[in-house]
Amino acid sequence: MYDSRMDGIHDLGGMSGFGAVEIERGEPMFHERWEARAYALNTLGIRILRAYNVHEYRHAVERMDPAHYLAASYYERWFTGVATLLVEKGVVTREELEARAGGRFPLGRPPADVKPLRVTPPPQPRFAAGDSVRVREIHPAGHTRVPRYVRGKHGVVVRASRAFEFPDLAGHALPAHLEHTYHVEFEAGDLWTDAAERRETVVVDLWESYLEAAP
Amino acid sequence: MSDSRKRDPDAPIAERVRALEEALSAKGLLPEGFLEQRVEQAEENFDPKNGARVVARAWLDPAFRSRLLADGAAASAELGFRAANSEYLVVLENTDAVHNVIVCTQCSCTAWSVIGLPPDWYKSPAYRARVVREPRALLRAMGLDLPEQVAMRVWDTSGETRYMVLPQRPAGTQGWSEERLAGIVTRESLIGVARVALP
Repeated sequence: MYDSRMDGIHDLGGMSGFGAVEIERGEPMFHERWEARAYALNTLGIRILRAYNVHEYRHAVERMDPAHYLAASYYERWFTGVATLLVEKGVVTREELEARAGGRFPLGRPPADVKPLRVTPPPQPRFAAGDSVRVREIHPAGHTRVPRYVRGKHGVVVRASRAFEFPDLAGHALPAHLEHTYHVEFEAGDLWTDAAERRETVVVDLWESYLEAAP
Repeated sequence: MSDSRKRDPDAPIAERVRALEEALSAKGLLPEGFLEQRVEQAEENFDPKNGARVVARAWLDPAFRSRLLADGAAASAELGFRAANSEYLVVLENTDAVHNVIVCTQCSCTAWSVIGLPPDWYKSPAYRARVVREPRALLRAMGLDLPEQVAMRVWDTSGETRYMVLPQRPAGTQGWSEERLAGIVTRESLIGVARVALP
């Protein structure tokens, strides 16, 4: 029915063809009333109803139909994530939303069946600033925060950061351990074979299990 | 089945949002005034003027600047700007040698307490896709022409660290007050797609 990989449309780093970036002078926080309402509905879902967590929210947006994702504005994506989760968690039904909206109510596709991990990550950070690392070439079926454009690439740790909940589990409401994260710097020339720009680097914030030691 | 072609039109987004509000209200799950309060709270607290004040203080007070670069969240909290959930804030200092710029390629994570809710251009696929691939050309197209000898570092907010750029203080601002300095620091300069310029 759906393909099982999660190399989703949200993972945009390095893609081309989206046109110019236009800065709107004096841009308001919200352009329309519904945007403000949608913004606050997510706070309701996470903090008041406690129906889902922020990782699940991010993943629900990632599960949008790709064509809808690209056509939607930011707060439409935001809202679609919130509505998808409130339907999946049984708080509301799609039918009642469609009846009240008077039309079709697009939601994200179902999540992959991700299994709990039975691992205990090391209490001490495995890497330190200056270490050479390689990003594992992984394509998880569910939520992940390792962007495609660094998978399989070599980089150098510039900062051993703090430990945070592992999003690949938290994004599926599974018990998530705390895991060390690292700011890893990649040379533009190593990321993009056509890199015309030589004096650029990209620093990506990565969980320890996305990384392996590189000689 | 893919939903992407040959389908009935979606209900307009404003109608969908209203529908969810009404469905939640009908079940008693939407406390009276909650949405209004949350929006007011965002408008009060998530403002790039906060980051501008942090920057102005750092320009005037070297000890504060050192604390800011060591622990962005703690130093910002000295001025009353506290992040939710003990956010980890790393401040990136622009110099004559290195220019920093921030993006979130996978969604649009931002340090709300100092940069504010992110602007539309920051959340656009165009920015998220391109800035990691050709940052110098993109910034030039956005009006910032960096000399070739200045190295660029692009920071992708893929994890839970949040970033803010500490831009360079422009020449010609000697003797300015903190308030006056804060008044020229833009949201774009806190993200790194613009320098701070004299008005």
